[in-house]
Amino acid sequence: MSEQLDWVALSGRRPKGKRPEFFDEPALDRLYSVVFALAAEVSALRERQDTIERLLDAGGTLRREDIEAYEPDREAGRERGLATRAYIARIMRGFQQEVEAMEAQDPPIMDIVEELSRR
Amino acid sequence: MADDLPPPYTALTRHPMMPRTSHDETARFNFLTHFNRYLSGPIGAGNRLAYEKRVLPAFRAEHGRDPEHRYEVRDAMNLDSWHRMWSALKRNSMEMRQHTGRQAVLRQLDELDAMAAQFNEHSGMLELDPAIEQPRYQTAVDIHCQPGGYHGGERTGDVTVGANYDVGLFATTGGALGGLNDGGGQAVVEWIRKERPDWRPRRILDIGCTVGHNAVPIAQAFPDAEVIAIDTAAASLRYGAARAAGLGVRNIRFVQASGEDLSRWADGHFDWVQTTMFLHELSAQSMPKILAEANRVLAPGGLILHIEQPQYTEEMPLFEQFMRDWDAFNNNEPFWSAMHGQDLKQVMAEAGFPREAQFVAGVRAVVDPAIFPPAPDGGEEDYGRAAIWNAYGAWKPQAQAVAA
Repeated sequence: MSEQLDWVALSGRRPKGKRPEFFDEPALDRLYSVVFALAAEVSALRERQDTIERLLDAGGTLRREDIEAYEPDREAGRERGLATRAYIARIMRGFQQEVEAMEAQDPPIMDIVEELSRR
Repeated sequence: MADDLPPPYTALTRHPMMPRTSHDETARFNFLTHFNRYLSGPIGAGNRLAYEKRVLPAFRAEHGRDPEHRYEVRDAMNLDSWHRMWSALKRNSMEMRQHTGRQAVLRQLDELDAMAAQFNEHSGMLELDPAIEQPRYQTAVDIHCQPGGYHGGERTGDVTVGANYDVGLFATTGGALGGLNDGGGQAVVEWIRKERPDWRPRRILDIGCTVGHNAVPIAQAFPDAEVIAIDTAAASLRYGAARAAGLGVRNIRFVQASGEDLSRWADGHFDWVQTTMFLHELSAQSMPKILAEANRVLAPGGLILHIEQPQYTEEMPLFEQFMRDWDAFNNNEPFWSAMHGQDLKQVMAEAGFPREAQFVAGVRAVVDPAIFPPAPDGGEEDYGRAAIWNAYGAWKPQAQAVAA
């Protein structure tokens, strides 16, 4: 590791160029940054745990360097890829269902409440 | 259902200069690879739905007509709650890719810099020129939101930006560029081998080569040719030359030079002038200058070829143009919009390539199909990111007809 370079601080450097404001409320822009960085971390944790489990299963013992060196074979790569896809589907449910809602265009629930109270 | 899964990040070829990633850095790139595909696929569809179901009807109600320009679509969509959320997600995904890549690169920068210096000293394949100025179109913003762009750095002589570009491209493109991120260059090679199987270019110029990931496969495919790869950014060239040397390529030289001034090379010096995903990172005045210089240094009978995302035409729906424009405004690619709006054939003609000598061909990334699934089809879903491109080119006429 470099003695002089603070890689943690430097790695988050801002790119030159004004960042778009996606929301009227700036806190929402910040919140998105946090939530999805956390989402990536959880995904990484899950993958790490999967590595440990697979290594323990295969060898019965665990050495830390084995984790760093682990590379999934094709089948494991597919299984993990599928697990990641499923994970993203879980955390993105709200967005995905909003897309479906735009397609379906359900009326407000009060419409149904009133309708069923009459018929 | 899992047949179109992207490969794990570990499918990348670990050539000597490629930064080593820890288990968790690898896992973060895996997440981003999937996340990017998810954003362009399953929930990317929400943009079209929002447009067709509420944004367009509201525009028609207010203006009494349809939008007449992609910027009108953009203004309207930027007020839509779904498009704002989706854009925020996509922007964050780009920023996370940069952050993850920079953490990996910067924590091992001493080793990377030392290795690059050693490769470059021994190979003789790097030629820097401190007198070359960084053009405004490279410094106005950091392209792709990569801190430092292609040219900046953390200290004198470092390879940070080149290494970061290489280490994260896989995640941005959803793994579609193959083990060496070179699917674009491989596509060019495949195209030329079909088009002119017996062609043996001797001197090849790649303008705007960055880390050489698309120039190296050309050098590998034509081992008897001399490839000159130029860029204004020394920081990218340092990494690119070392990367090529690490891959054992010898017939390529990385030269710091601007495509706007190729005066060090004589008229007709090159048999082939190539640019790959480069023109959209220029500016309105520099692009024709570079094309005119390319025409001058190209030998009669030689090939000029530009790999780009498709140009906007009148046939392309405004909504698609707007979606393809996203990176211009949200991912720091400010010439993308104007460039793709131009009539490239006319621009090429004005640079000296007669229209009758021009052609447009479709190419797609060439990758090892045993490891990498084919690039997703249907460019509509992957606006501006799909590894499917247009090749805009011309064979320079053998000799201009002599006026009587």
